Amino acid sequence: MIPEFGQLALALALTLALVQGTLPLMGAARGRADWMALARPAAAGQFVFVSIAFGALVYAFLSDDFSVLFVAQHSNSALPVFYKATAAWGGHEGSMLLWIAVLAAWTMAVAAGSRSQPQEFSSRVLGVLGIVSAGVIAFALLTSNPFTRLIPAVADGNDLNPLLQDPGMIFHPPTLYVGYVGMAVPFAFAVAALLTGRLDKNWAKWTRPWTVVAWLFLTAGITMGSWWAYYELGWGGWWFWDPVENSSFMPWLMATALLHSLAVTERRGIFKSWTVLLAIAAFSLSLLGTFLTRAGVMISVHAFASDPTRGLFILGLLALFSGGALTLYAVRANNLEAEGGFKLVSREAFLLANNVLLVIATGVVLLGTLAPLIVEALGLGKISVGPPYFNLMFLLPALPLVALIGVGMHAGWRMMPGDALLRRLRVPAIVAVAFGIALPFVFFGTASVLTVLAVSIALWVALSSLLDPVRRLVFRTGAPLTRGQVGMCLAHFGVGVFMLGATVASAYNFERDFAVRPGDTMEAGGYELLFKGVGSAQGPNFVADEAEIELRADGGLIGVLRPQVRTYRVQTEPMTEAAIDTNMLRDVFVALGEPLGNDAWSLRLRVKPLISLLWLGAGLMALGGLVAITDKRYRVPARQPAPAVAQPAGVS
Amino acid sequence: MWRYVVPLVLFIGIGALFWRGLDLNPNYVPSALVGKPVPTFSVSSVKDPQATVSTETLVGKVSLVNVWGTWCVECRHEHGFLLELAKAGVPIYGLNVRDDRSAAITWLSTLGDPYVASGFDPDNKAGIEWGVTGAPETFLIGRDGTILHKHISPLTPQVWQRDFLPLLKKHCGPADCPFLSAVGGS
Amino acid sequence: MKSLALLAGLWLAFAACAFAAEEAEGFDDPALNERYRALIHEVRCPKCLNESIAESKAPVAAELRREIRRLMGEGASNDEIKAFLSSRYGEFVLYRPPMTAKTFAVWAAPFVLVALGGVVFWRILAARTQQPIDDEPLDEEPTP
Repeated sequence: MIPEFGQLALALALTLALVQGTLPLMGAARGRADWMALARPAAAGQFVFVSIAFGALVYAFLSDDFSVLFVAQHSNSALPVFYKATAAWGGHEGSMLLWIAVLAAWTMAVAAGSRSQPQEFSSRVLGVLGIVSAGVIAFALLTSNPFTRLIPAVADGNDLNPLLQDPGMIFHPPTLYVGYVGMAVPFAFAVAALLTGRLDKNWAKWTRPWTVVAWLFLTAGITMGSWWAYYELGWGGWWFWDPVENSSFMPWLMATALLHSLAVTERRGIFKSWTVLLAIAAFSLSLLGTFLTRAGVMISVHAFASDPTRGLFILGLLALFSGGALTLYAVRANNLEAEGGFKLVSREAFLLANNVLLVIATGVVLLGTLAPLIVEALGLGKISVGPPYFNLMFLLPALPLVALIGVGMHAGWRMMPGDALLRRLRVPAIVAVAFGIALPFVFFGTASVLTVLAVSIALWVALSSLLDPVRRLVFRTGAPLTRGQVGMCLAHFGVGVFMLGATVASAYNFERDFAVRPGDTMEAGGYELLFKGVGSAQGPNFVADEAEIELRADGGLIGVLRPQVRTYRVQTEPMTEAAIDTNMLRDVFVALGEPLGNDAWSLRLRVKPLISLLWLGAGLMALGGLVAITDKRYRVPARQPAPAVAQPAGVS
Repeated sequence: MWRYVVPLVLFIGIGALFWRGLDLNPNYVPSALVGKPVPTFSVSSVKDPQATVSTETLVGKVSLVNVWGTWCVECRHEHGFLLELAKAGVPIYGLNVRDDRSAAITWLSTLGDPYVASGFDPDNKAGIEWGVTGAPETFLIGRDGTILHKHISPLTPQVWQRDFLPLLKKHCGPADCPFLSAVGGS
Repeated sequence: MKSLALLAGLWLAFAACAFAAEEAEGFDDPALNERYRALIHEVRCPKCLNESIAESKAPVAAELRREIRRLMGEGASNDEIKAFLSSRYGEFVLYRPPMTAKTFAVWAAPFVLVALGGVVFWRILAARTQQPIDDEPLDEEPTP
């Protein structure tokens, strides 16, 4: 009965979403307060019913209800409890329900947080969110119903894909979805502004915290996915420019541009059409991601489903939401623009460059992702565009962008004397370049021009971001830093740290495949890896071959690595579990391969210097966002004037 | 002013691309060898190690080359149809890859041998010359030794009708394909 | 500090390291080995869901790696090896699209985008520098 209740709840949620998506919008257009007032209760009701539906699905998993098709396909009675619960999003239908649940939660939050906004506006925001919800719930009910019964029921299920039986997979999809789906909020704000025909600084102030929260979850979600791929998939890489990875990265790039463009709109009331367009683009690219993972249009290990029918429906949703919003933009954006001058050396100019470069970066990724499809659609055969292309071409906008971050964050609004800026930044720039040249050669002996450039820029951004905090905390000079500014410095510092880790780990990646017998030692520079042999290991629903390898340096034991090859009882495809020895300076990564006969085994060894900085940098970026939204201006109602005139901390 | 329409136009373009993309199969990789002559290769025959199966074997008649292995589950699905084709007179040459000779011989004697001869290619060395990625794969070879078509996945009557027969009708000269009427090409 | 020294040792001693374990798939010559490893990351496994032959465990990936080692041992250049592979498996197996008339647009596009972006940036800047810098008070706290 519970699954049927879940399905019923979902249908009721659809009804409420339809109400939420129509009456408040019509009410705003006609000035009917009673219709506009329906928005919040409808949103609340939708949230309740969606939660019931999601709860019903999780219950079906936890109670091993194999009469539900989706449960039978993705679960098993021997599956550990944690994974039974997370299997709810381990396949297409369940993940769509997660999408819907996350959207309902966001909508609820917006409904609760919008009390300080004029009703005409907030009802439009909730109305747009209602349309999005209705569309996606309809998609789920009509094409991807997780509650479909399996008659006759099977005795036991297919088990969850072993790749997903991992702690990383508990957190990665929900976190990513909070970010991805959260882009619907600035989207709704933007469309509401277009509908209202007005957009002012207050609008930017309302929109920005939602954007930052969604952005920081997206940052965290992508990072988790990358980290999970690194330690779980056994090939030692962390980013492959796979179409599905790209489709989570592009919304992130646009969201980054959006939250910076919002800064200008909030401050000066300009860049309005940029900001609105970026908000539409970020959400559209999120939907594109949902499309690419399910439509069977591109090959990817991540693809949930390959179903052109579902793909067509999502394409329809894209046409409705994005096409609709862009049409509205084409018609209304002209009215938004405002006057507001600034000079070449000014924060606005740098943020304009930021917008432009991020859009170019997104364009490069989009183009590379779509190029094979374009070539094939034109009947010109099949090509592949992979990491060699992206790694090179992405740097074209990315390196200048990161370099400019270090300058722009110190520029004053409207105009700033160029020499003042140079004076502040001269020392960190020289230090960064000096170390950027020296460190690669000192530690690794060789360096390409690109490596030196990237390391210098990374160090530059990191140092530049520390300038103001250090001045304030260590030298006690300069104005006190607001949380917004601290968050900014932290996030930008994180960019530098990330870039340093990414550059060094890629440029100086050591990889080798070995054939070893028990007692053999693999030597790599100062490390010795003693292969002691392969034994058996058992898990709750798998058996494994487990190797024991001692990692030594200078004769001293650093650790014991136990890579495994697991065979799960139900889905018998063998799976590698790599063993990693981590510290801040390097990861030593070992994956077990195949038996080669005579007790010999193949092993993959990777040593990745500074790769921890990659995860740390990304984490700092997300943390920076978190600190920034606790800034007190977001806790003060919009209409209150703030106290003294204060110079921005970056102007000397 | 018109710049505000640009994003919409771009979006429509990308949408149209995806619309078209829904009809394409991303997993289908066309063979690079279609239209080219049979690659240079020479392997021993499965049943008779002294005999060879090579490029020369395939020139001068219309034939099929079928890649198979005893490890290949899907190959069993097409085996019955291959036997039918062979009985109707279609010359089929096998390429046995990644396999053990005695296992291959046993397989053929148990399930039936549709092949005029099968090449023994345990390391897939010859297979690489043919662009083989796995099994089952079937090539249609023209009389002059040109590769006319490659099919990946089991060969079924539907596939035969849809892909192979039209090509056979087009490329068979008057006396080239005596089997044509027997396999549905009247 | 010790780990830093180890890290340095890893690379500086790279050329001189001896393996007690036999290398499963590679060359003794470090330069050749580096070239081999870089190359196998650029070749797509023709039967996988978007993996290079360096990562894939598919049989065809191992066979293609073997062929590449054979060709490199015979002195073939990277371009010759790529031509060998694409003539048998199609351009599909090259992750770095070869520069041909067809793919020229793919390689040129990022540069075109940068140029377009530059034009957009300068035009907007030109317009904005003409506009008055209004004297509205900076009435809010410093906005990052």
